[in-house]
Amino acid sequence: MGLKAPHSMGTTIIGVTYNGGVVLGADSRTSTGMYIANRASDKITQLTDNVYICRSGSAANSQIVSDHVRYFLHQHTTQLGQPATVKVAANLVRLISYNNKNMLETGLIVGGWDKYEGGKIYAIPLGGTIIEQPFAIGGSGSSYLYGFFDQAWKEKMTKDEAEQLVGKAVSLAMARDGASGGVVRTVIINSDGVIRNFYPGDGLPLWHEELESHNSLLDILNASGPEPMNI
Amino acid sequence: MSSIGTGYDLSVTTFSPDGRVFQIEYAAKAVDNSGTVIGIKCRDGIVMGVEKLIASKMMLPGSNRRIHSVHRHSGMAVAGLAADGRQIVARAKSEATNYESVYGEAIPVKELAERVASYVHLCTLYWWLRPFGCGVILGGYDRDGPQLYMIEPSGISYRYFGAAIGKGKQAAKTEIEKLKLSEMTCREGIYKVHDEAKDKAFELEMSWVCDESKRLHQKVPDELLEEARSAARTALEEMDAD
Repeated sequence: MGLKAPHSMGTTIIGVTYNGGVVLGADSRTSTGMYIANRASDKITQLTDNVYICRSGSAANSQIVSDHVRYFLHQHTTQLGQPATVKVAANLVRLISYNNKNMLETGLIVGGWDKYEGGKIYAIPLGGTIIEQPFAIGGSGSSYLYGFFDQAWKEKMTKDEAEQLVGKAVSLAMARDGASGGVVRTVIINSDGVIRNFYPGDGLPLWHEELESHNSLLDILNASGPEPMNI
Repeated sequence: MSSIGTGYDLSVTTFSPDGRVFQIEYAAKAVDNSGTVIGIKCRDGIVMGVEKLIASKMMLPGSNRRIHSVHRHSGMAVAGLAADGRQIVARAKSEATNYESVYGEAIPVKELAERVASYVHLCTLYWWLRPFGCGVILGGYDRDGPQLYMIEPSGISYRYFGAAIGKGKQAAKTEIEKLKLSEMTCREGIYKVHDEAKDKAFELEMSWVCDESKRLHQKVPDELLEEARSAARTALEEMDAD
C-alpha cells in the first residue's frame, strides 16, 4: 500500500445526546495506506447552523456527500423560511448514501438540535440505513467501544458529562486502533448554539500498558554496570 | 357589475389597457357561481364545509365528493369546476408525497399551499393553457399548529382564520367575522359552519382536522353532523319567526 492508496479515515466517530442537545466527537487521523496524510484533520463538518455531520471511511466520498447535502439543505432552509430539522438533514444524507451504495464507502453520523425535537443523533452506516439513536459510534475505532458504551452511557446526562464521555471514548479507541489517532475534536450543539473544543493528543490520559513502568525487571538492563575499580 | 373586456379578453396572455387580465377574472366568476365553501380555523384545528347543490334527485347521497384529503394532516375543499378541482387535488397529493420521500417528514401546510398556488399560477402564464376554474380552501394541522389557506384561480394564496368562496360567500364572511374563532374549539366551529351554509335542497359535506381527530384530516363524525344540522335548523326557524 504505497502513497497512491486512496485517502481513508480509519477513524473513530461518536455522537451522543444529552439533556438539551448533542455532543459529537472524532479523532483526527487521515491515512493513505500506512502514511498519515493529515494528523490533525477535522472530521466533524457543518451542514447548517444547527446540524453537523461526523465523517468516516473514504475521505473523498464523505466530503462530496456532505457538500451535496449542505447545498440541498441551504435551498430547503431558504424555501421553508426557518432552520432545517435534524431529521430532514439526516434523510437527505441517507438518500444519497442509499441510492449510490455501489460507488460510496462512507459511514456517517448526523447530529444537531432543532426547536421541534431538541437534540437528535442519526447513524447512517455503509448501505444507507438510517437509524435514530440516543448515541451512535462509527469508524474502525468504534469496534473497541461497544462494550464501553454499554456500561458507561446513561440517559439524561448533563452537557459536561456527555462531553467527558465522548472525550474518554475517543481517547480509548485511539489507544487501541492503529487507524485512529492525533487529537480529539468535539462539537456541542444545543439551543444556545455551537461550541467547538480541541484536546491535543499529548494531553489525553494514558491507558493500560501505555503507562510508564515502575520496578520492572527490565530496569536491570537499563542500569549501567558496576563501577570500575580504582587502583 | 358587468365588465366587457372587448378584445382584451380573448387570451390569458393579454393585459387590458387598465392592467387587468380578463380571463383570470372570468375564471373567478366560475368559482362564484358554485355552491358555498367555508373554512374556519379554530383554537385546536380546522373545520371545512361545502354546500353541495343537488343537481339531480337521482344522484346518490354522498357522491360528488367536494372535500378531499391531501395528506394525513391536511385536506382541500373545492369550489368551481369539479374536474379542474380534481386536477389540483391530484397535484397537491403528489407534491405532498414527493416532499415526504425527499425530506423524510410531512409537508408543512405553508409549503403545500405555496406549491399548489404556484401550480395554479403556472396555468395563467401560457396561451395554450386555460386558467383553473376553481378555488380551493386548504386546511391542515402541522408542527406549527392549524393553518388555513385559500388559493384563487389567479394563483394567489393567503392564509386566513376564516374563508368563504362561492355563491353565499358574502353572507358567510359576514357571519364568520362575528365569531370569536380564537376561543372556539372545532366542535363548536362545526355548528357555525352549518349555520352559514343555508340554502334550500342541498347536501352538506364537512370535514375537520383538529386535536380531537388526532390531527388527521377526516369527515366529521355522523352524530356530530346530525347535532349540528338540528341546531342549525332551530336557529333558522328562530330567524324566520322574526
